[in-house]
Amino acid sequence: MEAICPVCGSPIRLPEDVIPGELLDCSSCNAVLEVFEEGGSYALREAQGILEDWGE
Amino acid sequence: MRVSLVYERIREEEAQLMRAVERLGHELSLVHLNSDKYFTLDRGAMRSDVALIRAISQTNALLSSEMIEHMGVRCVNPSTVLRVCNNKLTTSMRLSEVGIPTPRTAVAFSPEGALRAARSIGFPVVLKPINGSWGRLVSLARDEEELRAIVEHREAIGSPYYRVHYIQEYVRKPGRDIRAYGTEEKFITAIYRISDHWITNTARGGKAEPVKPSSELEELVVRTCEALGGGFLGVDVAEDEGRGLLVMEANATTEFKNAARVTGVDIAGEIVRYALGS
Ligand SMILES: [Zn+2]
Repeated sequence: MEAICPVCGSPIRLPEDVIPGELLDCSSCNAVLEVFEEGGSYALREAQGILEDWGE
Repeated sequence: MRVSLVYERIREEEAQLMRAVERLGHELSLVHLNSDKYFTLDRGAMRSDVALIRAISQTNALLSSEMIEHMGVRCVNPSTVLRVCNNKLTTSMRLSEVGIPTPRTAVAFSPEGALRAARSIGFPVVLKPINGSWGRLVSLARDEEELRAIVEHREAIGSPYYRVHYIQEYVRKPGRDIRAYGTEEKFITAIYRISDHWITNTARGGKAEPVKPSSELEELVVRTCEALGGGFLGVDVAEDEGRGLLVMEANATTEFKNAARVTGVDIAGEIVRYALGS
């Protein structure tokens, strides 16, 4: 499976056992990317930084 | 049994929970809130025996649990417990109702009231946002001047929540506090969080060591979980030099990787067993 880095456009090979909500690093631009599901396949978006209501 | 994991990020805790569900022989269903999922108001739309609520956003954790319960699926923790634990004032009131020892606390809705509250408690005092997490914006005021500056800053943030001034006595703890895990049925385990900083939170770089729990601690944790509505909670306890153990707060979407590592207790497995009532 492959997805496109939304930051630099490079193709990224997804691990066999990838799950949505995992973070991956783009080896081309070093962006931290979040895996999510869209229309039955996996896509990548830039991972959000810590939000105001995050945490325990 | 079918267990849904409701989450945003796969952290170490969520990975351990996934493994625990499968190891205990149950079927796992992933509900990633940041994917292209949506919820409707139809009852029975979710086919699951229990949902583990693990969203990192406190808002998303609470609202998703309410919707999932509406669809007829039990949540751990339940939305009622998430709601209480998300609010320090509600938590304090619940603990106070059943006589669980907590730091002296006062609430004011004006800067002038905050000053009088702090004087009555006695400086230094700690100011906390009532709906904060990870120790964010928790401030220590050593005197009236510092208190005025903190209150002025909060009033300027603009959110009505920051104009509610939740003020507590400063607990003189011995360079550490206790993070305990338990339910309304039993105590699970506990660690010390050791730090030179007065906010001892492992998310803020504290060091973790196992606790040999006293029966007093075990009983306090179970009573706290019961008082807050019943759930699997991470309970923060301070050791006050004069008053002994004081419950500071409880966390309903608790982090546990440091505690699992230093105690060797399978906290993820305990959560899954608790959720399935086994
Ligand atoms: Zn890239």
